[in-house]
Amino acid sequence: MIAVLALIAGVVAGILIEPTVPVYLQPYLPIAVVAALDAVFGGVRAKLDKVFDDKQFVVSFVSNVLVAAFIVFLGDKLGVGGQLSTGVVVVLGVRIFGNVAAIRRHLFKA
Amino acid sequence: MDDLRRRKRISAAGAVIGLLVGLLAFALVVQVKSNTSGDTALANARQDDLVRILSDLNARELRLRTDITQSQGTLSQLGAGAQGREAALNEARRRADELGILAGTLPAVGQGLQIQIVRGSAAVPASTVLETGEELRGAGAEAMQIRGSTGGPVRIVASTAFVDGPAGITVDGVLLTGSFTISVIGPGPTMRTALTIPGGVSDAVARVGGTVIVDEPASVTVDALHASTELRYAKPAD
Repeated sequence: MIAVLALIAGVVAGILIEPTVPVYLQPYLPIAVVAALDAVFGGVRAKLDKVFDDKQFVVSFVSNVLVAAFIVFLGDKLGVGGQLSTGVVVVLGVRIFGNVAAIRRHLFKA
Repeated sequence: MDDLRRRKRISAAGAVIGLLVGLLAFALVVQVKSNTSGDTALANARQDDLVRILSDLNARELRLRTDITQSQGTLSQLGAGAQGREAALNEARRRADELGILAGTLPAVGQGLQIQIVRGSAAVPASTVLETGEELRGAGAEAMQIRGSTGGPVRIVASTAFVDGPAGITVDGVLLTGSFTISVIGPGPTMRTALTIPGGVSDAVARVGGTVIVDEPASVTVDALHASTELRYAKPAD
């Protein structure tokens, strides 16, 4: 319930404030968002599996974001930033698909 | 007590989760907005991509500049060609005018003489009139016409024929009688001298009882035209 309210509040805030993304954050923000999405879907799946743990969610969320950003940072430094970003997005996309598939099985029993 | 603490812990964890999820939503919206607004294609491009794009643009600029230089060269060539054609056309027009005056197909005006050949008791023979024309042409006359007391005027050109007739002379088929007036464009003093040399035209006219009166008006008009004839035998040789 809190999460849904926070989601709506965040979207409204983002629309109202209209901030510009700082230049030094520009490469990392998209990847961080995808990583956070992965953590959120993982959390929803754990909730439906009745194994949800607050601490684990918070830690996985934060670490997902940080690791994703770090990988992109490392890729930029190594000169393979574009390819590594693509790789991270692919991996996270696969995980999101897996999580969504599990959620779907829970909700629709199919 | 334990229950209260547990509730408190849950609410604290819930707050953190809410904060994170809110942050996620916020970042999501911001990212989407920054992607949909403005020149994102370049803003999100990486450095090496930008360098490649820049060098592409530079190469293209160089190519276009070369194109411009070539086109300008072509333009100036075409302009020079047009100018040359214009000059040639003007030259041809000028020559056509000159030839038209010489051939008697164009009217002419300029300085020259007005020569009256007044007949005495006997008519002035055609040979004397022809001689007058030849003397004038030899002295530099450029255009001539002749008029009688009746008949004329007739343009005198290279092929003009002078024939003695019953009442006067026939010039190119036109009968002229009485006194003749020749309008001639050319160098006045030279032509006047040419007419008055001893044994020349003046003397020839005087022999048949006539007189030659030479006027030098400010401007002489020769407006009788000679019908241009198709050449039947001669063709231009290249």
